[in-house]
Amino acid sequence: MRIVVAMSGGVDSSVVAGLLHEQGHEVIGVTLQLYDHGAAIRKKGACCAGQDIHDARDVADRLGFAHYVIDAEQRFRDAVIQPFADSYAAGETPVPCISCNQSVKFTDLVKLSADLGAERLATGHYVRRTDTGGGAELHRAVDVARDQSWFLFATTQAQLDRCLFPLGDYPTKADVRAEAARFGLEVAAKPDSQDICFVPQGSYARVVGNLRPDAMLAGDIVTASGEVVGRHAGIANYTIGQAKRLGTAQVAGGRRVVVGLEAATMRVVVDTAPPGATTLALRDVNWLGPRGAMRCLVKLRSGEVAHAASVRVEGAEVFVDLDTPARAAPGQACVFYDGTRVLGGGFIRARVIDGGA
Amino acid sequence: MIYLDANASEPLRPEARAAMCAAMDVGGNPSSIHAGGRAARRLLEQARHQVARRFGVLAEAVIFTSGGTEADALAIHALAIQMSGERRRLIVGATEHDAIRAGAPGAEILPVGRDGVADLACLERLLAGAPALVCLMHANNETGTIQPIAEAARLCRAAGALLHVDAAQSAGRMEMDLAELGADSLAISGHKMGGPPGTGALLLAPRGAVTPMIRGGGQERGWRGGTQALPAIAGLGAACDVPVADMSPLRDRLERGVAAVVIARDAKRLGNTSCLALPGVAAQVQVMALDLAGIAVSAGAACSSGKVARSHVLDAMGLGTLAGEAIRVSLPWNVGAADIDGFVAAYQAMAQRLSRAAV
Repeated sequence: MRIVVAMSGGVDSSVVAGLLHEQGHEVIGVTLQLYDHGAAIRKKGACCAGQDIHDARDVADRLGFAHYVIDAEQRFRDAVIQPFADSYAAGETPVPCISCNQSVKFTDLVKLSADLGAERLATGHYVRRTDTGGGAELHRAVDVARDQSWFLFATTQAQLDRCLFPLGDYPTKADVRAEAARFGLEVAAKPDSQDICFVPQGSYARVVGNLRPDAMLAGDIVTASGEVVGRHAGIANYTIGQAKRLGTAQVAGGRRVVVGLEAATMRVVVDTAPPGATTLALRDVNWLGPRGAMRCLVKLRSGEVAHAASVRVEGAEVFVDLDTPARAAPGQACVFYDGTRVLGGGFIRARVIDGGA
Repeated sequence: MIYLDANASEPLRPEARAAMCAAMDVGGNPSSIHAGGRAARRLLEQARHQVARRFGVLAEAVIFTSGGTEADALAIHALAIQMSGERRRLIVGATEHDAIRAGAPGAEILPVGRDGVADLACLERLLAGAPALVCLMHANNETGTIQPIAEAARLCRAAGALLHVDAAQSAGRMEMDLAELGADSLAISGHKMGGPPGTGALLLAPRGAVTPMIRGGGQERGWRGGTQALPAIAGLGAACDVPVADMSPLRDRLERGVAAVVIARDAKRLGNTSCLALPGVAAQVQVMALDLAGIAVSAGAACSSGKVARSHVLDAMGLGTLAGEAIRVSLPWNVGAADIDGFVAAYQAMAQRLSRAAV
């Protein structure tokens, strides 16, 4: 069948293209130009860079299938970078990779694959998709260390039905690299991408400050009772739960952490680390299975151990009651799991019901 | 594959191929004293005469370059020096190719109308200032719109300005005479007229001091250092001997067959070029869909990354969103009616599928 493969230029998506091409499918490689590399960053290892486009083209040329570069710069700015900066400036802890998957990758590329008459969109994500007859299911990757299912919880059922994730069954990354070597691809030894692709040297504050100068204005660091205990150089430098960069506001033993970021007054609120939240309110919930109240496991970060929890639906509101308190920051995702299967999830609202951070 | 992207590169003409093969067997350096050098020089000068004849200039006005881009750059370099002192200005058309736009940073922009034709009243106003070098393309690469070069030249002459014309797209497709055009220089590109890539020429009437960009061994009468690429130049010369053919009947057949908005339809246009907009469907998607159907066309200006950038040409014409929804179909010299019909069928199928998807 005709399959569009989203190619970043890295080893994973290159192997996906190679495998599908080898299986006799008509592969169409597509690489998204997400930002002007020259004007943005010069950083090796970050994904979607200029060299990566050339690497993706080389793979397509070598293996012998069509490849196109899509100009998604404006769309990426509007759907990913600006909301990231706005969310950060509002004191949240956004996850731009999820908004990128939600918009540029799965919404736009699924539409593009349909426009090009392709039956499927394949990506190099480490997740498994299984067909059960009642619609596709999304599962954790076999390689737990590589698993990216947390980042894909917002993929809609309709999108999932059209997708392929051939790498989800590979036991280790070394096996994927071995496939790349078998195809004779130069990217076989290419380093993994690490950071958020559009953030140079991990400096979120600079990216946010460029788009939202208001988030780089100096202000007070205060305690929960309102006592001024220090100064800061912009709330973009802080996220909920952070213990660093508090200066004079920090106390012996580093026991104070950021518990609140007040965009309107530009105040950073600190307190001794709270025990964590037990109830989370979610927004923009996506369901990938049975909807409604359930007992399940949830993850508030991709790499963490899952927490036992109950999902509660009250009218249009969705709440999660954690069995034991956990650190939660507004803007982050709360993803529901049943064993390996992703059942959906949502973004944590600024209004965390109890326990603060 | 049905190849309808001649404005990107014309297929090599058999006459050019034969001349190149023959020149490769001659070898030698045209600057050498010996018999081998003389044989090479004979071929070089023959090609120079072929080019000169084609454009109505003296052979000594032909400077061979690596292509149209270098010819444009050399023209801007040489003519700008001819103008006096610090008051000199550059005026370039809004729809010029990047060979001119990037080579003339900070230039004043001469606007165009919705048909892509330069606003000559505006040119006259612009010329009222200090001495200027004006760059105006003969025919546009994306729409085929032909500029009123002779009228612009009269305005330039009256104002004491110089005029350079980028004729890369028109050189192989229209009869032309530099004196009739009235321009001070003309740039041509080998592979846009059925010759080989990597060759081109600047036609520049000898005047004033020689001011090369590349000095080297003083080849091309000092205008362009470096041993001439003889086989390629022989191919360009041979391509200049091929008579111009009128492609417009086939182009019109194509435009009658498709349900598309034809950009600049009523303008004076190159006979081989159609700019077709499909409202609501991104140009790059159209190009991909047609490619997958075995048809080669293009959109906007493809940069080296392969990304299709938004067309500055169509933007300058004030086409709004249509500027991002138009593809360029350009017929090569060896196109046939079956190719046109194949394109029309594929285009209509695509338009039906994608227009439905866009709703």
